[in-house]
Amino acid sequence: MELIYLDHAATTPIRSEVMEAMLPYLTDKFGNASSIYGWGRQARKALDDARASVAEIIGADFNEIVFTSSGTESDNMAIKGAAWEYRNKGRHIITSSIEHPGVLNTMKSLEKEGYEVTYLPVNAQGLICVDDFKQALRDDTILVSIMHANNEVGTIQPIAAIGQIAHEHGIIMHTDAVQTAGALEVDVNELNVDLLSFSAHKFYGPKGVGALYIRKGIRLVPLIHGGNQERRRRAGTENTAGIVGLAAALELADKERPEFTGKMIHLRDKLIDGILKIPHTRLNGSRTQRLPNNVSVCFEFIEGESLLLNLDMQGIAGSSGSACTSGSLEPSHVLLALGLKHEIAHGSLRLTLGKDNTEAEIDYVLKALEPIVHRLREMSPLYHS
Amino acid sequence: MYSNKVMDHFQNPRNVGEIVDADGIGEIGNPRCGDIMKLWIKVENGYIVDAKFKTFGCGAAIATSSIITELVIGKTIEEAEQISDQAVVEALDGLPPLKMHCSNLAAGALKKAIADYRNKQNVS
Ligand SMILES: Cc1ncc(COP(=O)(O)O)c(C=O)c1O
Ligand code: FES
Repeated sequence: MELIYLDHAATTPIRSEVMEAMLPYLTDKFGNASSIYGWGRQARKALDDARASVAEIIGADFNEIVFTSSGTESDNMAIKGAAWEYRNKGRHIITSSIEHPGVLNTMKSLEKEGYEVTYLPVNAQGLICVDDFKQALRDDTILVSIMHANNEVGTIQPIAAIGQIAHEHGIIMHTDAVQTAGALEVDVNELNVDLLSFSAHKFYGPKGVGALYIRKGIRLVPLIHGGNQERRRRAGTENTAGIVGLAAALELADKERPEFTGKMIHLRDKLIDGILKIPHTRLNGSRTQRLPNNVSVCFEFIEGESLLLNLDMQGIAGSSGSACTSGSLEPSHVLLALGLKHEIAHGSLRLTLGKDNTEAEIDYVLKALEPIVHRLREMSPLYHS
Repeated sequence: MYSNKVMDHFQNPRNVGEIVDADGIGEIGNPRCGDIMKLWIKVENGYIVDAKFKTFGCGAAIATSSIITELVIGKTIEEAEQISDQAVVEALDGLPPLKMHCSNLAAGALKKAIADYRNKQNVS
């Protein structure tokens, strides 16, 4: 059976070039970057090169990059670090209602500490309205955290505009760029951000390694205290191989983006158009402000988990925001924030493309999907054909 | 995560559909996740001779719906009434912990279908 992986927003495989770049640091070049002898210097050099390369790609300076254990840690470090550092300036934070749990649950924890958080709504396409943002600003607002693009519905937010307004008010701007780093051109100055999170495993790098851009002059209370690594901003012996992998993967993504983006958009639109031919089906998110690899739809009258199981039986890997797949038995907060009713969110399907997906695979998926949806609808008490 | 039995009933659900001249109909929603099941039964001389279902729900919900139709066909109303959530789960060789509540759907729809049948008997 053909196996078709269409869940690249969840994670991606490590590219062979990336694996090759990492391997020496898992074997011969095992030194601790803090050591003075050859092995140590070797590791230090690898970290320096990785940092320089990552910094250049996102338009930052060498000292503005901190490596972390994940996108989630970067989000926590940016938000808690800034909230704690600047708590005497104010206790108000602005975010959106469709953030990743790495941001949302960090906000919840700060609320328990007495911070006030405004969760901006989004429109039916998943877009934040810049006027709503302006309305939410207060004298005691110290931090804004809005994701660059959403992981479920793929909507790309007007970060540059929001960042500019935040800066006019002297407010720190963070963005979770976990879904966009590698996929879009990400430049911290063009985006007007002070803090930016990303994670290697979303762009063909290893899992368990991320980075946070911290603009010069911004101070953060560290989450992890210990040795002097990462200029005391994040203690713990560096994950040399992981960091080398992150940098190698970002370099490749950056270099190959022009080649892959067009192809991906073509396949994405083919998939969207094909799926929308099935009656009672709707696209989630924006048609234009959309990640090149994201397809998110809802099929009325059916439930997402049974859809995913059927797709899996045909070798197709996707994901859903249905309550039945969530673990919490709540439908996706993102789909609800877009204004979808529970029973519509129930029938959601997300397919996210990668650089190696082919036209033939998309044809196969479209062919497989129709009969599955039809069969599940025939089984549904809500559907009357 | 699902047993082979669950996957079998999910892939090849038994008795999907409606019974036009049903003697009892039970419809129930799952308050936890919002799934819905509808069950039709046909009764002759106190025995359930046919059962059909339609379900809007997860893999476990579809499998429990399917197996409960198998469990009730051939049983008397009194016997069918005794079928518990637990019995449905056991018949499927178990369900993952997060999916235990899905079995309420099938047992609940059955109880409602039987109540509906009794109601109709009393009226006529
Ligand atoms: C938007 C977004 N933020 C944060 C994360 C978390 O990243 P990580 O898996 O590296 O912790 C993810 C992915 O899971 C994501 O999609
Ligand atoms: S019925 Fe929704 S989780 Fe099973």
